[in-house]
Amino acid sequence: MSEPRAAGLRFQDPKTARRMADALARAVGEIGRAPVSVMHVCGSHEQAIAKYGLRAAFPLGLNVIMGPGCPVCVTDLPEVDEAVALAGQGVRIFTYGDMLRVPGTVKSLADVQAEGAKIDVVYSIGQAAQLARKSAEECVFFASGFETTAVATAAVLLANPPANFSVLSAHKYIPPVMEIVAEMPDTRVEGFLAAGHAATITGWGIFERFVERHRIPVVVAGFEPLDIMAGLLTLVELIRDGRAEVINAYPRCVTREGNLRAQQVLWKVFKPTGGRWRGIAHVPNGNLRLRDEFAAFDARRRFTIDLTKLWDYAPPSLAQSCVCGDIMGGIASPTDCPLFGRECVPDNPVGACMVSTEGTCRIWHQYGGHLNLGEER
Amino acid sequence: MCLGVPGKVISVDGALATVDFWGVRREVRLDIVDEPVEPGDYIMNHVGFAIRRIPPDQIGETLALYDELLRAMSEDDLMAADVRGEINATGEKKRV
Repeated sequence: MSEPRAAGLRFQDPKTARRMADALARAVGEIGRAPVSVMHVCGSHEQAIAKYGLRAAFPLGLNVIMGPGCPVCVTDLPEVDEAVALAGQGVRIFTYGDMLRVPGTVKSLADVQAEGAKIDVVYSIGQAAQLARKSAEECVFFASGFETTAVATAAVLLANPPANFSVLSAHKYIPPVMEIVAEMPDTRVEGFLAAGHAATITGWGIFERFVERHRIPVVVAGFEPLDIMAGLLTLVELIRDGRAEVINAYPRCVTREGNLRAQQVLWKVFKPTGGRWRGIAHVPNGNLRLRDEFAAFDARRRFTIDLTKLWDYAPPSLAQSCVCGDIMGGIASPTDCPLFGRECVPDNPVGACMVSTEGTCRIWHQYGGHLNLGEER
Repeated sequence: MCLGVPGKVISVDGALATVDFWGVRREVRLDIVDEPVEPGDYIMNHVGFAIRRIPPDQIGETLALYDELLRAMSEDDLMAADVRGEINATGEKKRV
C-alpha cells in the first residue's frame, strides 16, 4: 500500500502540476506503446478534468475515458417511464433537478410537468420527506444516484418516513458495472480511477477482488486537479510495472473498510439486483432496489404502474442516433456524435449525457473537449 | 452528484449538526457518519448527510478546491452549481 502522493499539495501550485505532467508523460513513454487507456467512473472527475483543462497536460499517448460515472445518464428509459406513468396517475413526484429532462421512452418528467403533472425538484430526499409530511397526497421520491446517494435514501427510510411517502429507486451500484466495462472487448481499459466519495462509503477494499479477477489496477482519487493528476500518475505507473493492485490516493476521505455505519444502513434497506443501465448493458447486481421489509415504501409495490400505454408510441427518431452508450462504454467521444452541439444541446438534450451536469456531453459542451496544448509545456 | 461539500460543525444536537458552509449555516444529519462529530470538526456533506469526518490535519487541501469553486461562482459553472446544490440539500436552520 503506498500512501498518498497527493497529500500536502495545492492545486494552484503550477510547479507541482508541471512536474506531475512530466512524470506522467515519462511513465506513458516507458510503457512504449500508445494509446494507454484508463477509465474514471465519476462525473465530478470529468468536471474537474474539463474545467481545469487537465487533458492539455496529459501526454498524447494517454487516453482518459469517462465511463458510466453519471447516475442520471445510466438511468434506463423504463425507469423514467415508471416515474412519468406515476405522475400521469396523479401521484406527486419529487426528484433531483437533473432527472427532470432525462428522456424516457416517449416523455420526460419535464414533458408531463408541462402537461400539468405534479413534479417538484428537491436537493435531497430529506426535503422530499419533509414536503410529503405537510401533504395529504401520495408522494413519491424518484431516487437516482450511486451508493453515496443511496445511503441518504436508506437513512431517510429508516427514520420514520411519513405514511404517504414512497421511493421509486433508480439507484445504481458502481462496483458491478466496472466488471462489465472491464470485460467489454472494444473498450480495453487498462486501469480504473475509482470515485473518491463512492469509495468513502464502500472502502477501497471492495476493489481487491476486482483487481485479482481482472488483473487491472485501481486507484482511488479525490477531486482536486492535483488529486486527479496524482491518481493518474500512480495508475499509469502500475500499468507500466505490470502491477495489478489497489492504491488509495485519497486517504483523507477513504479507508480500506469504508464507512461501516453507512454500509449497514445501505444494505439494511437495499438489495442489489440485476438491471439495464442505459446505453451500457444488463448489469448483474447493478441496481439497488428496496428490500421486502420496506415494501410499504416501495413505489413499485405500492402502485400499479402501467407502462404499456406509454409504449404505444415510437421513440423519437433523433434519439436513435445518440451514441451516449458508446461514450459511457469508452469507445466514442462526444465529438464523434453527429448530434453533439447541433441537434443535441443542454437546452434541448437528445441523450441523457447532455442533460446531467455530470454527463460527458454536457461537461464537454460547457468546458470544451479534448484540448491538446502539449507543445506549450 | 457525488462531489459533496465540506463544512465546519458549529454545534451538535443528537443526530443533527449545525454546520457552517462559507458563512451559510445549515442543518446536516449525522445518521451515517462513522465517527463522533464535535463542534470545530469538519465534515463532508452529501445530500444533507455527513458521510465523513475529515481528519483535521488534512482539511486545508479539501477546502482549497471548494474555496476556488465558490469564489468563481459563475452562474453556469457545472461544478460550482453542484457545490451549491450540495449546500442547498441540507436542512434550513429553524429560526428561534
